[in-house]
Amino acid sequence: MHLPDGFLDAPTALAAAALATAGLAVGLRGVRRTLPPHRVPLLGTAAAFVFAAQMLNFPVAAGTSGHLVGATLATVLLGPFAAVVALTCVVVLQALLFQDGGVTALGANVLNMAVVAPAVAAAVHGGVARALGGGPRARLAATGFAAWCSTVAAAVACAGELAAAGTAAWGAVLPAMAGVHMLVGLGEGVATTLVVAAVGRLRPELVAPVAGPRTPATGPTVAGGLVVALVFAVFVAPAACGWPDGLEHVADALGFSRAARAPALAAPWGDYLVPGLGGGAAATAAAGALGAVVAFVVASVVAWRVAPRAPGRAP
Amino acid sequence: MSPRAPGAPGRRRVPAGPALALAVATVVVVVALPRGAWLVYALVGAAVLGAAAVARVRPRDVARRLVVAAPFVAGVAGLAFLQRGGAVVAGTLVAKSAVCVLAMAALTAATPFADLLDVLRRLRVPALLVTTLGLTERYLAVIGAEVARLRRARRARTFARSRRAAWTSAAGVAAHLFVRTTVRAERIHAAMTARGAR
Repeated sequence: MHLPDGFLDAPTALAAAALATAGLAVGLRGVRRTLPPHRVPLLGTAAAFVFAAQMLNFPVAAGTSGHLVGATLATVLLGPFAAVVALTCVVVLQALLFQDGGVTALGANVLNMAVVAPAVAAAVHGGVARALGGGPRARLAATGFAAWCSTVAAAVACAGELAAAGTAAWGAVLPAMAGVHMLVGLGEGVATTLVVAAVGRLRPELVAPVAGPRTPATGPTVAGGLVVALVFAVFVAPAACGWPDGLEHVADALGFSRAARAPALAAPWGDYLVPGLGGGAAATAAAGALGAVVAFVVASVVAWRVAPRAPGRAP
Repeated sequence: MSPRAPGAPGRRRVPAGPALALAVATVVVVVALPRGAWLVYALVGAAVLGAAAVARVRPRDVARRLVVAAPFVAGVAGLAFLQRGGAVVAGTLVAKSAVCVLAMAALTAATPFADLLDVLRRLRVPALLVTTLGLTERYLAVIGAEVARLRRARRARTFARSRRAAWTSAAGVAAHLFVRTTVRAERIHAAMTARGAR
């Protein structure tokens, strides 16, 4: 989901860059406050690690294979602030050295993949792990689910930027981006869980417990609040503006116009119906909720399989 | 230094500040151009192509970068295509992103990364971020070689062909790589301290 140059208009690119700068400033401040000086080189090597980990193939089906994105992996292993800085470096280097993502879209790409993704990952990981009791198994289940949530959140943010720029209609780009990344996120969740579990077997001290005196609850709470605000803005702003003709054109072209005249759910999404889902925002929300349930079940099952047998005992 | 590295003998070296400014200005102008200005895209594209040739960009590198971005570009262009007047929007997206990739590829081929970092430092980007960017770039090759070694070792030992085994072993390689990364970071810090850092 690296946005290339030319996909965003100036206002969207600048707004995204401002948000990304704010997020990065929070990350840098957090790193200066919490990271001991002898761990600072780890930021750089960890960013290089994320690059290298993206080279590992996870076979999916019929000869195709996926790879880790690594946002949640970095968040769980390094903490949210260090993850923001390391992932920013990854995204900046991808743009500068490998032209993976554009320079004018750099702000948006940093926002999606290095601010929103780790913030959502940290909020979900902390919250779910605590809710499930904070044991090793709970933390692994939280890791998988956080990876899914952060992948989907980054995709939704990306869709929001594309819609705000008028590049693609919100009603078309949201289901497309979210749908694809709900599947991608399942793989990301399983792979991240496997890696974190393996790190825990090799070096238990590197996978520190979530609910301890070292991690105050304010960080995740603030991050969670920011994310909710952002997602709200991304979802509601386009709906409030009302993009004119994108999906109606699709509907005309595909012969859905009659269905579109009788929306199943009126306000505030009334103009938009998702072809194939048929129920507009309600269907999108239902699909999202179903996806979240599936992702949570998958994460729990994987965590159950790979967690150390007796909680608390060193494996 | 590899013979293909920016700044290596036989390659043209451009001052990083002006090069970065020129490349970013080109990209900004291309992005700001109105939709469907095909002739202007072609002219800018030709100019950028000339710059890329002077900077001795390898066509293979540009091709690989375009291929990496292709699925996303194709997907969004496809969605845009469905809008009213979408053909122009889709064509514009493809043309603009290709010209911009070429411009940035010319920049990275012509200027060593360390020089770009100096520019960022002069632009008052926070030192922590610039240092981390430098470290990341410096250790990309090192950690890339590390992951290649781990994969080779894994392949030499693992004969199972099941998908589950493949996932477990890839995750194991990533985990080992992370542990080695933390150990290496400690060594780097020791080396920095030994040289009087901080």
